[in-house]
Formats: sequence, C-alpha cells, structure tokens
Amino acid sequence: MSHISLYLLGGVALWVLGLHALMTQRNALRRIMAVNVMGSGTFMVMVALAARMTPIDPVLQALVVTGLVVAASATAFALRLATTESPVADVDRERE
Amino acid sequence: MSEPAVWLYWSSWPFLLGGVFFFLAGTIGLLRFPDAYSRLHAVTKADTLGLGLLVLGLCLRSESWQAVAQMLLVWLLVMASGATACQLLARYQRESDTDSAVSRPRAEPFHNER
Amino acid sequence: MNAELLFDAALILLLLALAAATLHTRKLYTAIVLFIVFGLMLALTWARLGAVDLALAEAAIGAGLIGVMLLAAFGRSGPEAATRAPPAVLAASVLLCSLLLVLFAQGVWPLANNSAPVPELVNSHLAASGVSHPVTAVLLNFRAWDTLLELVVLLLALLGVRQLHSPNMNLPAAWPLLQAWSRLLAPLSIVIGGYLLWRGSHAPGGAFQAGAVLAAGAIVLRLAGLLPPLRWNWWPMRACVLGGVALFMTIAAAGYWLGSGWLDYPPGLGKTLITLIEIAATVSIAVSLSLLVVGDTREITP
Repeated sequence: MSHISLYLLGGVALWVLGLHALMTQRNALRRIMAVNVMGSGTFMVMVALAARMTPIDPVLQALVVTGLVVAASATAFALRLATTESPVADVDRERE
Repeated sequence: MSEPAVWLYWSSWPFLLGGVFFFLAGTIGLLRFPDAYSRLHAVTKADTLGLGLLVLGLCLRSESWQAVAQMLLVWLLVMASGATACQLLARYQRESDTDSAVSRPRAEPFHNER
Repeated sequence: MNAELLFDAALILLLLALAAATLHTRKLYTAIVLFIVFGLMLALTWARLGAVDLALAEAAIGAGLIGVMLLAAFGRSGPEAATRAPPAVLAASVLLCSLLLVLFAQGVWPLANNSAPVPELVNSHLAASGVSHPVTAVLLNFRAWDTLLELVVLLLALLGVRQLHSPNMNLPAAWPLLQAWSRLLAPLSIVIGGYLLWRGSHAPGGAFQAGAVLAAGAIVLRLAGLLPPLRWNWWPMRACVLGGVALFMTIAAAGYWLGSGWLDYPPGLGKTLITLIEIAATVSIAVSLSLLVVGDTREITP
C-alpha cells in the first residue's frame, strides 16, 4: 500500500462527506461549502493520479489548476445568488 | 558530507526540537486559556518564536544562501502579519466587550468599574 | 518510508475531520473559519503530492479569496434558521453515501499502480512549446483551449454577479493599523505577483497564481478603505477584464487564418506569444477576482 492509494481513498471519502452534507443540510452557504468539499475530493483523486508516475503528470495538474479557478468563479456566483434580495428568494422563504 | 556540513546538520536538531516545543505550547495555550486575549498572547508569541527556531534550524541544513534568504524573508513576513493580526483581533474583541458592557451593565459585574 | 506514511495518514485524517467539522458544526461562522483552515491544509496536501502550482493557487484562491467571499456572504445573509433534516432523509443519505464510498473505493483502488503515456508525451514535446515548465506548457500551449474557456467562465461569473443587483458592501471605517499594514502589503503583493508570473515559464507559478496574489493585494487595500469603489462602468476596468480573453482570441484567430491552426503557435514565436497571453491573463484574472469579491454594483451616470 503506497501513499498514493491513501490519497485516492481520502479524496473519495471527502467527496462522499460533501455529498452527505449536501443532502442533509438546509442552509445555502453550507450547501455551497459542501459542493466545494466535493470538488476538493475530486481534485485530490486527480492530483494523486498525477503523482503516481515518476515524471509527474502535468496534464492532470493543469486540469486541476483550471478546475480550481472555475470552482472559485462558480462559488462566487452561487454565493451572490444565495444572498441576493430578490423575489425568488422571498418565494423560497415563504414556502419553508 | 564534509566535516563542517555534518557539524551543522547535527547542530540544527536543538533548534528544530525547540521550534516544535514552542508550537506545541502555543497550541495547548490556544486550547486551554480562558479568554481571547490570553489565547492570542499564547498563539502569536509562541508561534513566532517556534517558527523562528524552525527557520534557524532549516537554515543550518540548507544548501544555498538563496534558500536561507528566502526563509528569513518568509519569517519576517509571518512575524509582521502575526503581530498585526493579533492587534486587530484584540482590538475587535475589546470593542465588542465594551459594547456588551454598555448594553448590559448588570450582566457582567467584572466590567462595572469602567 | 513508514514515517512518511504516518505523515500522509495524519494529514488525510486531519482533512477529513476538518471537512466533517466544517459541514456539520452548529454555528455558521465557525463553519466558515474551519473551511478556510481546510483550504490551507489542502494547499499543504497539494505540495506533498508534488503539485506546487496547485498549492500556490489553492492557498491564494481556495483559502484566501473564497474565505473572504464566504464571510461577506455571511454578513449579507440573515440569521440561520435552525432546521435539521428529518431522520428519514438522514438515514437514506447515510445509506446511499456508504454504498457510494464502497463503490468508488473499489473503483479507484486499482488505479494506484497504473500508468499513462501522457507525461512522456509532454516531456518529448516540451522543447517545442516555448517554456520549460511542463504545467505551464500544458496550460498555455498543449491544452490552451481549456485556459481560454476558463477565462470565459470567469468573465461569465463576473457578468452574472453584476446582473444581480445586491446591496452594496457597507465597509466600516478602517482602523489605522489595518490601513498602515495594507499600505505595506500592497507593494509586496505586486512584487510577489510579478515574481510568480516570471517564474511560471520555468518553475511552478504562472498567470493564475500571480493574478490571485495581485487580487488579494487590491482586496486588502479596498477593505482598508484606501481604494475608491471598484466599478465596472469605469472603462479601464472593463478593458483590463476583457483584455485577457480578447488577446487570447486574437492570437488564436490569427493562428487560424495566417498560420497552421487555431491556437497553434508558429515555431519560434511560442515563448513570446505565451508571455504576452500570460501578462494579459494575469491582469484580467486579478481585476476579475477583485471585482467578484469587492466589486461595487452601483452604476453612476455621469
């Protein structure tokens, strides 16, 4: 058992933890954080797969760098959507 | 390894162990101390010293002068930001203490003499 | 070897504990602070796995900027309603997640010993790419499409945030110490950003990391009240944001019409073109991220 397998399993566990929180939490900010944790789990699997070869796989690492910026953009938009005072948010609140 | 390199390598151990000790002490202080001020005191002072010792120990082991200069710069930056963050947090805590003492004068007898 | 495995196991357990605490702690504010700590530990993990580019980006974007955005959103949102999921949902979720955990663990387990021919391929073409750091070569030459579309995604997120007319940030008067400290940090962030950009051609670093560090400097200055509100309708701001995508598209289109193909740099010009794109992308990413975090949505007609 190498350290790569450890990180692969750790990434899977992070993803599942995030999914569990996404399904059970109700607060929008917590759900956004849960999606981010799921993303981190995916990134960890990819980075561990990149590190298993002796010249480290630069394609997977570059994909994760791209993915990180995309995740940050999506998070910024989601956070603004979740906290904007709009008719949609009001309807949502009345339903609860 | 040449003779001075071996000597430098072994002489770095006390610094590294001292650094680890101060980090541990600061963390225990953070977990155990009662209020925000003493926690800040424990974390910022002990961690600055711990990081300094760690950097010194790693400088003794490093291969090039450039790495030494970079580590010392990092230490300087962390020291300055730690001191600033400590002041800001302490000031925030004091202002919220004063606010709660003004709004609820009977709640905390300790603050009544202000 | 055993000591290293011990370190890896401790790091992974710490990450899992931090993630669980972040997602299930009672107070939302504590959850956000723990999320920032989780991001920093993740940066350490990337460094351990040899992905230094990613560690730099994670520390600046994942822990720093997302942390500021979460805290700002926490300030905008009202008090959290204490609703718990019903036990049936909880039980179903636990069951489904355990099944998925087993399934995925079985799926990834055999992958640890496989290998792919891609790294060899990248190394054999590295000399033709114009830069000597493989990750930068992939980002800006071999898979430049990804980077171009990523800049477009960033632009779309910025436009989306701008469409939602949310209340502006009410910044409290900054303390003198914060102002003095941000005056000291801003030039440092420019120096470090420039260094990261320059290093990107031969070592870990590059446009994203440099842009994130520059954005962090601008955000600290703005939060300390030393910068005027950052407005989209001020034209240099728009020019900086659009410059990255525009230059990238121009070079790609010029390659398509005059050279050998879309995003295919002519031999010998690779380094120059990559440097140009990286500079424009750094400025664009820095301004976009600053606008995303502390942008002002008030539009003032002159």
